[in-house]
Amino acid sequence: MEKTVVSITNLLKQFPVGGDFFTALKDVNLKLNEGGFLGLVGPSGSGKTTLLNIIGGLDSPTQGDVHVLGHSMDNTSHNERARLRRKYMGFIFQSYNLLPVYTVFENVELPLILNNIDPNEREKLVSEAIEAVGLSHRRNARPTTLSGGESQRTAIARAIVHKPALILADEPTANLDAENSHHIMKILVELNKELTSSFVFATHDEKIMGYLKRIVYLEDGQIIKDETIK
Amino acid sequence: MLFNIALKNLLGAKLRTILNVFVTAFSFFIILLMMGMYDGMLQHAKNVTIDTEIAGGAYWHPEYDPLDPMSYEDAHSNLPQDIQLLVDKNKAFPVLVSQVSIYPGGRIMPAILKGIPPDQNIVNMPTQALEGINDGIIPVLIGKGMAKNSKLEVGDSFTIRWMDADQTYDADEGTVVYIMDTENFKLDMGHIWVPLNVAQSMLEMKEEATYVTYAKGLSEDVNSGEWISRDVNYLVQDMEAIIEADKPGAQIMFMILLALAGMGIFNAQVLSIFRRGKEIGTLMALGMTRSRVVGLFTLEGGLNAVLATIMMVILFGPILWYFGSEGIPLPIDYSEMGLIMAKRLIPVYSIGLIGSTMSLVSIIVLIVSYIPSRKITHMKPTDALRGKAIA
Repeated sequence: MEKTVVSITNLLKQFPVGGDFFTALKDVNLKLNEGGFLGLVGPSGSGKTTLLNIIGGLDSPTQGDVHVLGHSMDNTSHNERARLRRKYMGFIFQSYNLLPVYTVFENVELPLILNNIDPNEREKLVSEAIEAVGLSHRRNARPTTLSGGESQRTAIARAIVHKPALILADEPTANLDAENSHHIMKILVELNKELTSSFVFATHDEKIMGYLKRIVYLEDGQIIKDETIK
Repeated sequence: MLFNIALKNLLGAKLRTILNVFVTAFSFFIILLMMGMYDGMLQHAKNVTIDTEIAGGAYWHPEYDPLDPMSYEDAHSNLPQDIQLLVDKNKAFPVLVSQVSIYPGGRIMPAILKGIPPDQNIVNMPTQALEGINDGIIPVLIGKGMAKNSKLEVGDSFTIRWMDADQTYDADEGTVVYIMDTENFKLDMGHIWVPLNVAQSMLEMKEEATYVTYAKGLSEDVNSGEWISRDVNYLVQDMEAIIEADKPGAQIMFMILLALAGMGIFNAQVLSIFRRGKEIGTLMALGMTRSRVVGLFTLEGGLNAVLATIMMVILFGPILWYFGSEGIPLPIDYSEMGLIMAKRLIPVYSIGLIGSTMSLVSIIVLIVSYIPSRKITHMKPTDALRGKAIA
């Protein structure tokens, strides 16, 4: 039986706006099994990033149950959620979010430092991750000298270096041209095959739809279609 | 782990770090220099007073009160036996003190006449200038300040009027034989110095004295009778009190400099948190707890102080060393203000001063690093990731 990585039941997320509330997500029910390659697709403001943030424990649900990797995200403390992200999750952001004063190697090394991995082991894991995204020749480069594609590949290496169970990617190809977008997606598909990690994308980029195994369409904070790609 | 990340962040920020560290290092430097000058002033004043006036200490006639000129009239007698023995062994010298009036250029000026043995070598005063002058004049030694105020020069004669032991007023001509350049205004302002035997003869107080100053390191057990023993600590207390009175000014300056250093760091921290919101969000997304992010930013601020110390030693250390060995020339003569000041003030940097300054500045830096960093604990990771750093 396949292991459930993400389980969401009757999720409601509201943000206070003035004296009122804005409903970002409503009646969201979703399950993601181990090794999944899921895309949350929808126009701007449809709630995909909010859903991704709730799955990642960066935000809390207003109502409903959210279980990620066996942990209820609404009952866990900030520190416990931080621990879950540190150990079991990887994040890929639209604008890469690389730390500017670090080299490629150091950026990729950061999650391992946070997980107190031994320096020799770190060296090995970082080298493997950098190699997997084809950046071995740029390991000592600073983010300011990298192209968009190279920056995103560095961010991917950082997300996978500690072999997390769940990788969350928020618009990973939005800032890239078509060629780089396809390159990035091929890398992610390959990693999904090699690792047992599950991937969740928030995207409205048509170019990457063909790579997804499952697409969940969101509109006005609600799931309107859940499609598994054969 | 946090230390490595903090150090990397700090070194990676290059110009921003250099500017912050420079401001803190400069504040360190100015604080050390100011406090060093203050300590140097205190030490110099003490040294000069001991060297030129106090030596090892003194025995005072029981009636003698240097701050009350009216007491001088009765503050004289023969020396107690033990003190006389010290004088005989050249381990001490007597001084006879009296109030007089002098008339330089026809003006009347109150003065303190002090008779001192010209051959004494216990205090650093050019008393030998009074030696061997026996041509019927009263040889007088004065200081530069007194010379300036009375418009007297070497060779000038002026009338001295005094009251002798029989309560009889008398007067005679004194001649300036030497003008001494001393940093100790207490030997200078309002003072005229004559040979002890001349003073005793003028005042009709043969073999008498008002106080006796003894040499440094005197170990003999002295029975001073009714005369009062005054040690160095007692004798410098007035001078220390004058300098102590200046301390609030130095402390205000210290606080201003400290505030300057603190504000520099505080500003850098606030700016840092404001500008690095996305980085804070990324660190949280990667699994760093809020408290650790606060720790990281506080540590970065703290490391500023460490780097500032290193920069201070490298950049300003040689300047401090130069001032410490060569001194700082003072533009005005402070003796007229009643202060014992060197022409070149040599700052003194004690281990205590360096340690306390460094510790205090480091604590302040840590506090001002922590206060803005605390805002991170109220920050939502999602806001931080969007660059909405400060709540």
